[in-house]
Amino acid sequence: MVKTVTSFGRSGLSDWLIQRVSGVVIAAYFFFIVGWLVTHESLDYSTWQTLHHMTCMKIFNTVTLLSVVAHAWIGIWAVLTDYITVRLLGPKATALRLVFEISVIGVLVIYALWGLAIVWGV
Amino acid sequence: MTDKRPVNLDIGTIKLPITAYVSILHRASGVALIGAIAILLGLLSYSLKSAEDFAAVQACLSSVPMKLLMWAVLAAFIYHLLAGIKHLVMDMGIGETLEGGKTGAVLVLVFTVIGVALAGVWVW
Repeated sequence: MVKTVTSFGRSGLSDWLIQRVSGVVIAAYFFFIVGWLVTHESLDYSTWQTLHHMTCMKIFNTVTLLSVVAHAWIGIWAVLTDYITVRLLGPKATALRLVFEISVIGVLVIYALWGLAIVWGV
Repeated sequence: MTDKRPVNLDIGTIKLPITAYVSILHRASGVALIGAIAILLGLLSYSLKSAEDFAAVQACLSSVPMKLLMWAVLAAFIYHLLAGIKHLVMDMGIGETLEGGKTGAVLVLVFTVIGVALAGVWVW
């Protein structure tokens, strides 16, 4: 059995499930926020701030944010392991892929920390 | 694993079916959306700072370049969402045949056109 050390859940089946659950969470958030914005046509700051100040909304924001980060990692991992390969790019591909992977992890960690600061700073 | 076997599926030399384009677009839109998160977090951050910053975000979003950008982000999201829903449907065993796959790919494209048009109406 091939052991992958860079996949999110350390197993393809685990990644498969996480990708779907996180996708459904993001979809639910999208429909909620678009529906909310459409029904609040002339939106002002206090209404917007009140929404994001509610604990249930902070939790929804946080769960969605973490879902986005996990979903992005699993997706980008699949793309990188498919295209940045020794077969397509030669012997330096493995090192190059690791550089890309670490860069993406850096960006996603920044997104997570920044997002949490926004969500819980309201 | 020492792998010296020939690779027959060289995607650079074969004519791609519609399902392949829908799959590649799913990946490309996903990669683009990772970049879009930075913009969306920036907007969210400012919109919640103060009433003045909220007004600034509103003014920013009403400019034509920002409307085009938001429409593009919505288009990428809508496409990615629909292609994702297709995956969930196929996970349930629906449309797994060659013909079913093609039908699913066409449906994703058709619904994307409708969704992106609606998003355009919403943005403007």
